Amino acid sequence: MDGTDLAGRPVTRPRVPAWPVLGYYLTSYRRTWRSGVFTSFLLPLLTVLGFGVGVGAYVEQGVGGVDYLDWVVPGLIASTALQVAVLESTYPVYSGFHWSRVYSGQQAAPLRVGDILTGHLAFVLLRVLLSTTAFLLVAAVFGVLRSGWALAVPPVVVLLGLAVAAPVFAVSAVVPTDNHLTILFRFAVLPMTLFAGVFFPVESLPVGLRGLAYLSPLWHGVELCRAATLGVAPPWPLPGHLLYLAGWALVGCLLALRVFRRRLVV
Amino acid sequence: MTGARPLIHARGLVKRFGDFTAVDGIDVDVRAGEAFGFLGPNGAGKSSTMRMVGCVSPPSEGELRILGLDPVRDGAAIRARLGVCPQVDSLDPELTVRENLVVYARYFGIPRRVARQRAAELLDFVQLTERADSKVEPLSGGMRRRLTIARALVNEPDIVLLDEPTTGLDPQARHLVWERLFRLKQQGVTLVLTTHYMDEAEQLCDRLVVMDGGRIVAEGAPRALIERYSTREVVELRFAAESQEKYAGMVAGLGERVEVLPDRVLLYVADGDAAVAEVHGRGLAPANVLVRRSSLEDVFLLLTGRTLVE
Repeated sequence: MDGTDLAGRPVTRPRVPAWPVLGYYLTSYRRTWRSGVFTSFLLPLLTVLGFGVGVGAYVEQGVGGVDYLDWVVPGLIASTALQVAVLESTYPVYSGFHWSRVYSGQQAAPLRVGDILTGHLAFVLLRVLLSTTAFLLVAAVFGVLRSGWALAVPPVVVLLGLAVAAPVFAVSAVVPTDNHLTILFRFAVLPMTLFAGVFFPVESLPVGLRGLAYLSPLWHGVELCRAATLGVAPPWPLPGHLLYLAGWALVGCLLALRVFRRRLVV
Repeated sequence: MTGARPLIHARGLVKRFGDFTAVDGIDVDVRAGEAFGFLGPNGAGKSSTMRMVGCVSPPSEGELRILGLDPVRDGAAIRARLGVCPQVDSLDPELTVRENLVVYARYFGIPRRVARQRAAELLDFVQLTERADSKVEPLSGGMRRRLTIARALVNEPDIVLLDEPTTGLDPQARHLVWERLFRLKQQGVTLVLTTHYMDEAEQLCDRLVVMDGGRIVAEGAPRALIERYSTREVVELRFAAESQEKYAGMVAGLGERVEVLPDRVLLYVADGDAAVAEVHGRGLAPANVLVRRSSLEDVFLLLTGRTLVE
């Protein structure tokens, strides 16, 4: 509703209300981006050297005929997306409700709960995009990108980021203390990172565990990234992987909106 | 301007949280240009009322119109015209003073250039210009509160809502905040504030409601309320510890009313000095005697039997 107020002054509201919310996070990020950029490049560099070159030397036959370094890097890119997405959706969201109370400040402005959530999620996805792009550039330097399809990695990791960040937003909004967030890292992020096909193919897992890997959003992200950088077809038909991730993203967003509303509109 | 239509109009307004009723059917009208107060102790339902008026908390029952609009349907449009200074601040301590204002102005769709200019004016108004580029984190409580007030003004609001604007501030910081709020009031800004400080209510409010247990127990101008519910003067008598009850009986009949507090006896009288003479005439020697004018604190005590600040 625009127009004028009772005193005849124009009522101003942002055209896209989530935009200034994203603007807030960018203003905050501006304070730390320099050190952030440094680690964004350094971390992939060290992991590529450590896992690819170091561990890779012991995996002489490669994986399915592919050099271990070429095989593991797309997995590491997807797992970086997971780490950043979870890190940015746990403590910052918890803080928005309990410490900085930034959400209640935003709520007093003409923003709706959906705008507050969208703006913050957009920032998380931007962070995911930036760190994985940095990783992709390092990978390009090491010559491990074997196909032009590598350009599909950024949109894939953004989808993976949303599939992970949205449900984690919901979790961070409902946990009673920040200690509960460590459970998420121990029982979701860590096992996913280890067993969802980042470092070795899930086919090496016992059948039962393999099912769990298929359920994790990370495995789908890993396989899509790997298919892209190697220029091969993913294990499932492409729409299958994409729809599975989109399902996590959609359910996650609906859940997050629901719990954000329940927390803020009381 | 608005004619007779009140900016805030509430009838039978109720807020429940599960089984607990925080606001229990209140009627309120706030007119343009008024400084209106909700006075009451902690837990009286003031903050819950403010959150409903601020369109972030839907009423459980009753009628509420802000600027003539329905907060549930037009919440965002109403909030575009409100300025809110919450009890617990939600400033970003990592951003600078100026950045906090500019970022917040952007939430209202104010162009960046205008936002910067307005931030500079408001920082001047709340006397924080010198700290504009300092982070919020090291600021004192009083400075943070002034910054929050500046933030509440960034959209040139029709109504400014202040929830306990000086709670937790030292006396000097409180006076600085009062002085700024008084200036806003003189500029004709409609102020709505909650407080449990009677001096704050007396100084700032044209009209107020006294709240207790989610209900309004009295309404009027501060002076009128005092005249209506209390006597002109009050004599405070402090007797030896644990003996207030005993002496209260001995001074009964000296005034219109006697109130016994844990540490003193209050005597409500028209003429304080005469009453003190009478107390001494009865052979009583209280450890301490104070004669003062009646305040809103007395109104609250007389209406509810309890003190505002415990």
